[in-house]
Amino acid sequence: MTEKTQLVNKIKNGTVIDHIPVNRGLKVLELLGSKILSKETAVVIINMISDTLDHKDILKIENRELTSNEVNKISLIAPDATLNIIRNWKVSQKSDITVPDILEDVFDCPNSNCISNANEPNISKFNITNKNPLSLTCQYCERIFSINELPSFI
Amino acid sequence: MCKIINSSRNMDVISIKDFSKKKIENFLVESEKMFEYLKNNTVPKVMQDKILGTLFFEPSTRTRLSFTSAMYKLGGQVLGFGSTESSSISKGENLTDTIKVVENYCDLFTIRHPEEGAARYIADITDKPVINCGDGGNQHPTQTILDLYSIQKLKGKIEGLNVALLGDLKHARVMKSLASALCMFKANLRLISPVGLEIGPNTLNDLKKFNTDIFETNNIKEGLKNVDVIYVCRIQKERFDDVYDAQRLQREFRLKLDHLTNINKDLIILHALPKITEISPEIDNTPYAKYFEQVYYGIPVRMAILNMVVE
Repeated sequence: MTEKTQLVNKIKNGTVIDHIPVNRGLKVLELLGSKILSKETAVVIINMISDTLDHKDILKIENRELTSNEVNKISLIAPDATLNIIRNWKVSQKSDITVPDILEDVFDCPNSNCISNANEPNISKFNITNKNPLSLTCQYCERIFSINELPSFI
Repeated sequence: MCKIINSSRNMDVISIKDFSKKKIENFLVESEKMFEYLKNNTVPKVMQDKILGTLFFEPSTRTRLSFTSAMYKLGGQVLGFGSTESSSISKGENLTDTIKVVENYCDLFTIRHPEEGAARYIADITDKPVINCGDGGNQHPTQTILDLYSIQKLKGKIEGLNVALLGDLKHARVMKSLASALCMFKANLRLISPVGLEIGPNTLNDLKKFNTDIFETNNIKEGLKNVDVIYVCRIQKERFDDVYDAQRLQREFRLKLDHLTNINKDLIILHALPKITEISPEIDNTPYAKYFEQVYYGIPVRMAILNMVVE
């Protein structure tokens, strides 16, 4: 048994997000929001030695498979992370997290005067206009935002 | 008798960014045809069986009246409102419900709304063509088409011209739309604004993608060197937190007659109007002032737009 596996136990069912850039593991957990923080068992491993990166963070969440919206959200701060779905102690699905071209209903538009924040039955929609450095354009108000301007990411 | 309204979607005019240069050129060609029809009194009544809904949730004089006039000239009819006080919005109805009601009464919409993206949202929820007449500080595409038409008509071309955009470039939607379109047409930009009212880094980066010559300054005299067109906009007082700041800039940041020494003799000055204090009144009497001609061009341009969205 290696030192890595001794640090945190395997999970029977749930999600493991691997290859998170160092120091962003807690931010990823925070982005997933209060549902996970209050109901699920989760552990963040910080500054783990990595074969491919120098160091990395890892997030394990027990008994919870992430929705595509949640994965999209994570992709904005951990675009090269990998997503592992664990079922009955085994990796059932493994995929790279990629930044999508369009983000729908992931977070509110930072522009308080945008129609997507008004009392209308609509959702926020962003086009990813640049992936590195990341910039997003609101489909409604057409304002361009960098990642640091999104309230959830500050 | 129930009137069957053709609900097939033809085209929306939401943002100038939605259109290719070729499409905008089509608008200009069609506008020129309408100009000639008006001159020769041979306007085809192509909107005879159509009703235009003019939904103006914010004040407007020129845009609303020019669309109304354009619709009448094409043989169509107009209904709508010019303020929220005269609609159910004042009772608390949301925009979605208002549109779901009014779409039963008309064949196409012109809309002005204080919230940015409102026109795009309406286009998402109705099958009727939607023309954006201003959504907050975002877009005013028909004004941009009118501005391009005015420059083309008065200067004979757009490409290669040095165009100064002067005024509140931070808040004026007209300037953002126009700057983007001018870059598309390979005009060179001189962006002249008071300190703090610059066009903003995100928009500037967007403009730079067109690889045209862009020069930014806070100094009017410096920005006007060798320009062919000056496009002036007012300080957008209603978008300021501190009204005294706006009033100070209205007094200080003005185009004056002495700025026009050593300029190109065939210079033209345009303005979307209403102008407040940003152009000294004595400039109105110079041959450079073309803003009242520009207002007239609003009729053929909007006739062309109406015709093209339902064509």
